[in-house]
Amino acid sequence: MLILTLSQVTRTFGETRALANVSLEVAAGERVALLGHNGAGKSTLMKIVLGLIPADDGAIEVVGAAPGSRTARAATAYLPENVAFHPALTGLEQIGFYLRLRGESPAKARNLLDRVGLGEAGQRRIGTYSKGMRQRVGLAQALIGRPKLMVLDEPTSGLDPVSRREFYAILDELAADGTAILLSSHALTEVEARTDRIAILSRGHLVANDTLANLRRGAALPIQLQVAARPDSAEEVARRLHGRRVNGVRVDLDCTPDEKLTRLSDIAELRSLIEDVQVVPPSLEDIYEHFSRRVPQ
Amino acid sequence: MNRIAAVANTEIRIALRNRWVAIAVVMMALFSMVLSAAGSAPTGQLGVDKLSVVVASLTSLAVYLVPLMALLMAFDSIAGEVERGTLPLVLTYPVSRGEILAGKFLAHLGTLALAVAIGYGIAGAAALWSDPTAGRGIPSLFRLFWTSLLLGATFLAIAYAISALARRPGAAAGLAVGVWLVFIVLYDLGLLAAIVADGGGTFTTTVFPWLMLANPADAFRLYNLAASDAAGAASGLAGAANTIPPAQALASLWLWPAATFLAAVAAFRKVTP
Repeated sequence: MLILTLSQVTRTFGETRALANVSLEVAAGERVALLGHNGAGKSTLMKIVLGLIPADDGAIEVVGAAPGSRTARAATAYLPENVAFHPALTGLEQIGFYLRLRGESPAKARNLLDRVGLGEAGQRRIGTYSKGMRQRVGLAQALIGRPKLMVLDEPTSGLDPVSRREFYAILDELAADGTAILLSSHALTEVEARTDRIAILSRGHLVANDTLANLRRGAALPIQLQVAARPDSAEEVARRLHGRRVNGVRVDLDCTPDEKLTRLSDIAELRSLIEDVQVVPPSLEDIYEHFSRRVPQ
Repeated sequence: MNRIAAVANTEIRIALRNRWVAIAVVMMALFSMVLSAAGSAPTGQLGVDKLSVVVASLTSLAVYLVPLMALLMAFDSIAGEVERGTLPLVLTYPVSRGEILAGKFLAHLGTLALAVAIGYGIAGAAALWSDPTAGRGIPSLFRLFWTSLLLGATFLAIAYAISALARRPGAAAGLAVGVWLVFIVLYDLGLLAAIVADGGGTFTTTVFPWLMLANPADAFRLYNLAASDAAGAASGLAGAANTIPPAQALASLWLWPAATFLAAVAAFRKVTP
């Protein structure tokens, strides 16, 4: 079941086109990562989905309703980038407030804060919290009332690696319950490949929208083979494999995914001259770079 | 209704934490005590009870203080949320902008009501204690209380509109001070200058009463002094304008908060988070 549908969405700010004919769908239980540089249009897309700003053109449906309508807002949770709260309120009071806005009992605040690992700090004022703690309060309010759609703007930016892992564990639970999740990030490594699909925005254009495996295949970036030669044989290894000598013992070769096995058997024939070989697939950053450079004119 | 209550509840907590409740109460209490002490002299000479005289002095005090407190309490309401970055999140909740504003309004008006009630209560108690006949003035003290709230409500709503239009707290603060100066100080000075220049001509008899009604602070003063026995204790413009029927002043007092609140909601709707 589709929870979020954007078709041909366009939005212009003055001279700049923030979004150009963007079409994107997120189904129930699906986790979609929205990637892009700063200013690529991620936040604009999210604000349009939330109904905070209107689109100039195109159609958007959130649980079958218009974005920003009461039906859409009741079904949607949002975690803004650098989420902020009133510093004079405690974590419990702030979450209690959001619970009441969704028509739920403020007594549930304690459970929500426990779930994001903030149980003890709930009595303290948010003004005394660290950035990571505020981000957890933000996540706690997004968990209220089993949302059908979660929109998370750079949710892991202030979190340490352990917290990030805990954060994704919570998202996994939600997705398993059928929540559609759209989260943004400016680095592919940040989303830790824990999403079902990756959509890349580049200067307002959607330049990729697929699983990580398919993106990897589609990019067809060269694989690097790093050969460690025995002492004094690097020169010969480089010559016979047509590789690049990096230092006294290492020789690097590039090959396409299809050539990989052939090249490896070439290397295996030189067994007496080499000590080791490493296969380095293109990094997530390389793949992201590859797609984000593609901008349709 | 629950959502309005949720916003009001949170705003009251914030007002308590920010010491706004304490500041407002102490301010009103202090001024009332000073007035009670200073206002003990003229009794007897005017032949009215002491509380009515105190009400007349409190009226001139409230005209300055109530709008000022309302503006100070509320100028930050929307601009502050924009600056802190808390507005976008709350606007994605199933709550309308009108409901958000209504919640803030209830909390701020409640704070104002508490401060005014304590201030006037002190002044009233002091008058009753020193003059046993002062009980006659109790209805006018009560009238002063609820008209003060109408006056405060008007300036709270003006502050919300300013806050939504200015977008930045600094600009909103500047505008709030400007509004206070124009409505409370300069407006009356301008009218006085015009009357003096007119010398009892058509301006004074036809235009002037309407201009008095057009300012909520003047309407407040007119209504309270006209309805009080102690109008003789008043001076200045209000004395000059006793030709205006109190009902018209009262209508102005009710129209102002309604109109300014609607304007504030309209201004808030224009804010893009």
